[in-house]
Amino acid sequence: MIVGIVLFFGLARQNLVDNLEQRNIATGFGFLANEASFIVSETVIDYEPSDTYGRVFLVGMMNTIKVAVLGSISAILLGTFVGILLLSKNWLLRNICYSYVNLVRNTPLILQLLFWYMLLTEFLPSIYDSVSFLGTVFFTNRGFYISSIVIHSSYYWSLGTMFLGFGFAYFFNRYANRHHDRTGRELPAFTINFTIIIILTLIPWAIAGFPLNISVPVFVTPDFLGGSNISPEFLAIYLGLTLYTATFIAEVVRAGIVAIPKGQVEAGSSIGLTPMKLLKLVILPQAIRIIIPPLTNQILNLFKNSTLAVAIGYPDFVSIANTTLNQTGQAIEAITAIMIFYLSVSLLVSLFMNWFNHKMRLVER
Amino acid sequence: MKKYISILLSFSILIVSGVLSADTLDTVKSRGKVRCGVNTALAGFSAPDSQGKWVGIDVDVCRAVATAIFNDPKKVEFVALSAQQRFTALQSGEIDLLSRNTTLTLQREVGLGLLFADVIYYDGQGFLVTKKSGIKSAKQLNRRTVCVQPGTTTELNLADFARNNKINLKPVVIEKFSDSVNAYIAGRCDAYTTDASGLAAIRTTVKDPDAHIILPEIISKEPLAPAVRQGDDKWYNIVNWTIRALVTAEELGIDSANVARIARSSNITQNAKRLLDSELAGQIGLTRSFAYNVISKIGNYGEIFEKNIGVNSPLKLERGLNNLWTNGGLQYAPPFR
Repeated sequence: MIVGIVLFFGLARQNLVDNLEQRNIATGFGFLANEASFIVSETVIDYEPSDTYGRVFLVGMMNTIKVAVLGSISAILLGTFVGILLLSKNWLLRNICYSYVNLVRNTPLILQLLFWYMLLTEFLPSIYDSVSFLGTVFFTNRGFYISSIVIHSSYYWSLGTMFLGFGFAYFFNRYANRHHDRTGRELPAFTINFTIIIILTLIPWAIAGFPLNISVPVFVTPDFLGGSNISPEFLAIYLGLTLYTATFIAEVVRAGIVAIPKGQVEAGSSIGLTPMKLLKLVILPQAIRIIIPPLTNQILNLFKNSTLAVAIGYPDFVSIANTTLNQTGQAIEAITAIMIFYLSVSLLVSLFMNWFNHKMRLVER
Repeated sequence: MKKYISILLSFSILIVSGVLSADTLDTVKSRGKVRCGVNTALAGFSAPDSQGKWVGIDVDVCRAVATAIFNDPKKVEFVALSAQQRFTALQSGEIDLLSRNTTLTLQREVGLGLLFADVIYYDGQGFLVTKKSGIKSAKQLNRRTVCVQPGTTTELNLADFARNNKINLKPVVIEKFSDSVNAYIAGRCDAYTTDASGLAAIRTTVKDPDAHIILPEIISKEPLAPAVRQGDDKWYNIVNWTIRALVTAEELGIDSANVARIARSSNITQNAKRLLDSELAGQIGLTRSFAYNVISKIGNYGEIFEKNIGVNSPLKLERGLNNLWTNGGLQYAPPFR
């Protein structure tokens, strides 16, 4: 069997190399050092057309990761919220959520993306008569122009001290839990942690003298100056992925909650837990163990679905690799790069989620 | 288990034997059809008409090649390709001939392993803007948004243009031609850029053509030519000399209406005789009368031009650079001797 597979791939590869050579098609990854010389509309890292194909690949990967990370976070938040509401006792809320889940879950994602893109480009006003919200956010069919905070060097210090705060919170939580186990009394851990994190974050900012410089977009024909632009391409793929994936996550969350034995809820109620405490202390900790594996699948789906961005012109990795493929003609290399990127990120995500799952599993005592 | 191994082995053998035979003409003859890659929908170049029949100058090149081989313009199978699919389709042998408003470049010949035949249409890249935008020159595109299709020379020229003129352009890159044009029409972009002929084609399809203008600047050279794979010189010659027959016929004043009369005429010029009754055509696997067949069934270069994209067509393009060399243009065919 193994010999067969090896032979198969060996022959296929030899055949490929022969064919490429026979047709004088350039091969190898040498092109990555050549100048890309095409413009990319939006980038997370700096990029100029004089940069290399290697750099533009990196630009594409960052764009994909940006939309996948932001999309995953909002899809998980929205999905959890809707999932809980699917079990709400309120008829109206429950049915609104059911309609949303079933409507969005049962239509093709590509149509939804085109729908959002059309909505954002055809129904919003042109850049010349933009609609503004309090003069800080401008809505146009070229995206949203938002006021942005100009980064000051002290913000990086704040970020550092904020993580210190999180570190403190982690240890303090452990201490608080032990204290609770020992004495049965609860420490106001959340309030203390929250205050500490805020104070730690504010210290570097205060030392620097509270620098705050907000850049407000101003329209100077033909475009806005200052602020930041969120393009309709990004908005469409972000909205589309979030709303689509959230429906599946909602179902996963609902299923996770329903799967908890009724006795657990009844036991919790009988010792006098409020519905919120019941959710937080009894239901969610148990539901999360059931939820994580299917949730992993949904996150991976979102990541892979982000390749549909090419249809609406968001410069994700596939879009950029495709352009590269076309400009250099190195199809095999470009497709290989796409496969390696998606495979390795997917594997990393599943590794992390497996570790998380392992950590959250029920510890039998 | 043994079954799996044998399946795998037979697959490997299939792939190995899948190496394309070098002789494209034999493949085409045994298939009975030329497989020709064309644009999905570019008015005047290749687009299906209201009856679903393919029309356009690129389409007629495919028909001319089919007529040269089979004496039947219907023996073509059109394969509609996006800008991104076109080269892979040709390289992999899915099509025999790529006739899809494709620019001849060094990279495409040396990097992609293609060979381009003589130029069908000398084009150049321009910009389409709305009158309302008030843009009069391409130099005024600083800080503007431009819609463009990916995987084209257009995309690269746009970046070059911005770099050379030190202007800052924001591209919106959408793969599908119609989606890309729609984004421009919706106002997502200030300008749409592609070859000038393509811009003329877009103008014929928008609701109010007079609301759009083509800017005076032409920022690149775009010689559009049909392409074949490297490594089959005979097939390359067939395609190339078919195109040269079209141009030569126009130069000699032979068209679909008078070709029969001229061929029968007793005082036929020596040049016309060599074109319509070619003794050398057999060397590349064509019949002596291949040019006669092509001209009588498809027409000469001028006829094809006028019918599809000329001043009386919806595209209203002047001959310009595409006039014969005798009329101050660049269309010049080597002699049939």
